[in-house]
Amino acid sequence: MNGREGVKVAGTDPIHQFQIRSLVDLHVGGLDVSFTNSSLFMVATVAIAGAFLYYSTATRGLIPSRMQSVSEMSYEFVANLLRDAAGKEGMRFFPLVFSLFMFILVANLLGMVPYFFTVTSHIIVTFALALLVIGTVVIYGMMKHGLGFLKLFVPHGIPAALVPLVVLIEVISFLSRPISLSVRLFANMLAGHITLKVFAGFVTSLSAFGAIGVAGAILPLAMTVALTGLEFLVAFLQAYVFAVLTCMYLNDALHPGH
Amino acid sequence: MFVAEAYAQTTTAAPAAAETHAGTEVPHGAEHGGGVFPPFDARTYPSQLLWLAITFGLFYLFLQKVVMPRIGGILEVRRDRIAHDLDSAARMKAEADASIAAYEQELADARAKSNKIAQDARDTVKAAADAERKQVEARLNERLAKAEASIAATRSAAMKDVGAIAQETATAIVQALVGGSVDKTAVANAVKSVRE
Repeated sequence: MNGREGVKVAGTDPIHQFQIRSLVDLHVGGLDVSFTNSSLFMVATVAIAGAFLYYSTATRGLIPSRMQSVSEMSYEFVANLLRDAAGKEGMRFFPLVFSLFMFILVANLLGMVPYFFTVTSHIIVTFALALLVIGTVVIYGMMKHGLGFLKLFVPHGIPAALVPLVVLIEVISFLSRPISLSVRLFANMLAGHITLKVFAGFVTSLSAFGAIGVAGAILPLAMTVALTGLEFLVAFLQAYVFAVLTCMYLNDALHPGH
Repeated sequence: MFVAEAYAQTTTAAPAAAETHAGTEVPHGAEHGGGVFPPFDARTYPSQLLWLAITFGLFYLFLQKVVMPRIGGILEVRRDRIAHDLDSAARMKAEADASIAAYEQELADARAKSNKIAQDARDTVKAAADAERKQVEARLNERLAKAEASIAATRSAAMKDVGAIAQETATAIVQALVGGSVDKTAVANAVKSVRE
């Protein structure tokens, strides 16, 4: 009964696509850790991204094939991003940044396929990824610089009277980083998919009103097409932004004095 | 992890409520019409966090251990290969330049040698010609001297005869003019005085 209700609602409800349904029930120590549609798409994301990177580079061609070029380009793209932002020492975090970029990019793009679940449209996923980044920054910064890492909150060359205020602002801005990092990605994916669904919903609802309705549905249809293109751009852009900000935050861990 | 633990507190209450009217159903938003907005449904958080940790962790390890060394290796091999090719191209160019220089050098040598040979030949021929000319000149001079000597001899002989001829002629003339006998000694003395 529930399933059928879900299908009926799925027709126009823009929220339905974000619902998490359990595929294999799992409970560990009172926690519900069921394998859900979200888990399925995480696995799919990882499998697709991993398989693509693995098989496209399998021949190790000196002259790359098209697919190998794509893998190499993404690799060098992220490498340059990190090198530009955090310098040569930053390259120790390359696996992390590259994994984050590929995971978010593939998850976002996979979400563009109709009826597919968008892993990154859930705040907890993006927040966990953001915490991973900030956690890495804090732990590595503390390990490398000890208390010197706290210089991050005290910029150079400010009058002593202003120090408490500036430190307060810096601390707040530091603490808001994981929030802004995760909310940006989550909100973009969520809003994009809702908008897309709403406009697509207009098309079906309007076309129910005969010829005039079908004529009226042209505009939302055009919007849906345009938004789909935009969403592909956003899918890439958000992965890029996440990676860029990760690089910048990692730079703070490496050079807190700046 | 503190997020997961924090939400674990709330989860304990929510599934209990859910189970009262959904039985064994796993909590999810759809069944509780008007319920929580799915992304904010904390009951799904443990599952999402666990599976994200598993999948992303494996993905990270896979990229770090397998994919990235491979792509890095491919790029490095290509960079080395290009550098190596550029090196060998530079080396080949240097070799080509060297052989061009050697060729030019050899050409210059050959030209100098040919000039020398031509000069030598010219000198030899000239020397031979000079020698021959000198020989011919010597021979001619010799002959000239001989001829001059013979002319001188002839002339002296002739000059010797001139006296006798003049005497005879003078005797004959005197005889013809004067008649009678002519004193040959007087005639001879006269001719002699005239010639001297």
